[in-house]
Amino acid sequence: MYVYDEHDRQIAAERVAQFRDQTERALAGELAEEEFLPLRLQNGLYVQRLAPMLRICVPYGMLRSDQIRRLARITRDYDKGYAHFTTRTNIQLNWPNLEDVPDILAELAEVEMHANQTSGNCIRNTTTDQFSGVQADEIADPRPYCEIIRQWSTFHPEFAFLPRKFKVAVNASEKTDRAAIQVHDIGLQLVRNDQGELGFRVHVGGGLGRTPMVGPVIREFLPELDLLTYLEAVLRVYNRYGRRDNKFKARIKILVKALTPEGFAEKVEAEWAHIKDSPTRLTPEAIRKFQGYFTEPDYETLENATALLSEQRFENREFDKWLTHNVSEHKKPGYASVTLTLKKTGTPPGDVTDYQLEQIADLADQFSFGEARATHEQNVVLADVRQDQLFELWQRLVPLGFATANLNTLTDVICCPGGDFCALANAKSIPVAEAIQRRFDDLDYLYDLGPIDLNISGCMNACGHHHVGNIGVLGVDKKGEEFYQISLGGDSHHDAAIGKILGPSFARNQMPEVIAKIIDVYVDKRSEEETFLDTYRRVGIEPFKERVYA
Amino acid sequence: MPDVIAADGSIRNDSWVVVDRPAEGESLNVAAGQPALIPADLWLAGYEHYVGRDDIGIWFDSHDEPEMLGEKVKELPLIAVNFPRFVDGRGYSIARLLRERFGYQGELRAIGDVLLDQLQFMKRCGFDSYVLRADKDISKAARCLNFFSQAYQAATDTDQPLFRRRAS
Repeated sequence: MYVYDEHDRQIAAERVAQFRDQTERALAGELAEEEFLPLRLQNGLYVQRLAPMLRICVPYGMLRSDQIRRLARITRDYDKGYAHFTTRTNIQLNWPNLEDVPDILAELAEVEMHANQTSGNCIRNTTTDQFSGVQADEIADPRPYCEIIRQWSTFHPEFAFLPRKFKVAVNASEKTDRAAIQVHDIGLQLVRNDQGELGFRVHVGGGLGRTPMVGPVIREFLPELDLLTYLEAVLRVYNRYGRRDNKFKARIKILVKALTPEGFAEKVEAEWAHIKDSPTRLTPEAIRKFQGYFTEPDYETLENATALLSEQRFENREFDKWLTHNVSEHKKPGYASVTLTLKKTGTPPGDVTDYQLEQIADLADQFSFGEARATHEQNVVLADVRQDQLFELWQRLVPLGFATANLNTLTDVICCPGGDFCALANAKSIPVAEAIQRRFDDLDYLYDLGPIDLNISGCMNACGHHHVGNIGVLGVDKKGEEFYQISLGGDSHHDAAIGKILGPSFARNQMPEVIAKIIDVYVDKRSEEETFLDTYRRVGIEPFKERVYA
Repeated sequence: MPDVIAADGSIRNDSWVVVDRPAEGESLNVAAGQPALIPADLWLAGYEHYVGRDDIGIWFDSHDEPEMLGEKVKELPLIAVNFPRFVDGRGYSIARLLRERFGYQGELRAIGDVLLDQLQFMKRCGFDSYVLRADKDISKAARCLNFFSQAYQAATDTDQPLFRRRAS
């Protein structure tokens, strides 16, 4: 994992001092609200429905146990003792006091954390696959490149006032895409060319929000050394030509569409030609240095614990379910990756208490080399667990509520904080998630249904990624009342697709029944081995419409 | 007569004035003997008349493209870039292009909605003078120009990104 050197520490300390100064001037009335707004947003601070909200950055999802303990302490000392994992692998506090935020940032800086650029019209936290470095089929570990992008984008002087927010994601496997790169402003897919050289396929102009789009490829192969100069060219074209007259048309996807992907790519190439050989071009030594931070932990030489696990499965059916669903393969024999599901019915998806955070830190120390990872599905991963310790870990997870064996099923809901917290929301989202979780409380039935992404957003901004849910739910406001619109067929993976709207929206209390009808159609129509998405793609939206609106 | 902040935070007074774009049908109103910044396209339109004068500079608005002058910018004694609103970040790209692409080495001035907390970004992108919005406390400019002692990425102020400085 990346470790700060004296440069990072100095920049972090100066950032805290700067925000302290800015906060003091804001409180003294020297900064108008609209002048302070982008400054506080770029330090993670929103003013929300009930209180300020602080979004703390977790770069590409990686956390050390000492950082998790510090987060727990901060939630206790400055907040109400809980925090929320977001769909951008960040962590939000819901109740800090504005005047405490500089102190919170100082506490974070002590453990090499920050809240930089977690909001505002700037380059946001770069995200990637939660199984980076431990999956067998990745082209290369994406995290060094994420850290390279983090440093390049941090306080970039040219791109601090973009037309709109800007999100970059990196994916490393050609088979799976857990980073949803095609619905990002820039999606980078690590690839090797025919000569075996490492580089990226570059998607630009994907995104959710009001005008969801799958990002087209604007360059099939970008050599790794050219990563930053090319990003700089894309950002410069966007900064200069992205629309600033209408907030809803300001994302880069609108520019890419207006120019056509080919036209946009030409502009980028023309800009890039001027800067591609500048000192911003990466060097092999620099990349090696960043890679040096993400070396393998001290794995022991082990055999797969197949016999032991079979025995434990046989003796304990709950463990068996958990092992099947929440534990995934690891590239090293004898190891596995465990997902702690933060989706227990009755707890808002992604929420954790200070106690739970401290427990995660302890478990990370005991079972996974002191590291944990946040996922964009709002779960937490311990990536390097010995197979012969899985049973013991599971026993520890059960009382914490982290062993609900529903990973990737219908009740592993992605859900934004919604109208319970967020000032932007049109409707609540957490109670909808909970009602659906209660309606589908039979794990065996969920397993039979197979993988289904259910994503819920409380408004058009789509923090709950509803457009790319196999089933997407969007909260809408109709004359002051909350309604929910459903879309089907969305997908955030390699065959990325935006869901289609089913039809008129529903009241909240109808939602569990409506979802049940949609599921019934799938069960009726599916052929052997078909997932929900397969069936939807084969039969189309009509059968679902007929049943739901019958 | 504006107070002008220099990149080192010092404050001086100079006599350059910004001449607005004339209304349609009107002609540019430049007082004799008064150093003036005129809209870039009008300077280009009157190139024969203006070139070589040390009392006529230009200003770009945020939607202007410095490409329209290209390397002719080197012939100018002073260039200003207008920030119509401080959240309009196009001026940062314009500044870098003037410096890094078209080789402009004269004074580059930020005008318009110029606030304290953007000064260091402006400095890094090649601005070396700033006319702060009148209601802002100019005594704080020096501090705000120097919140950070170093940066991760290259810009106009340094062509060495941190990853290269670390390697050495």
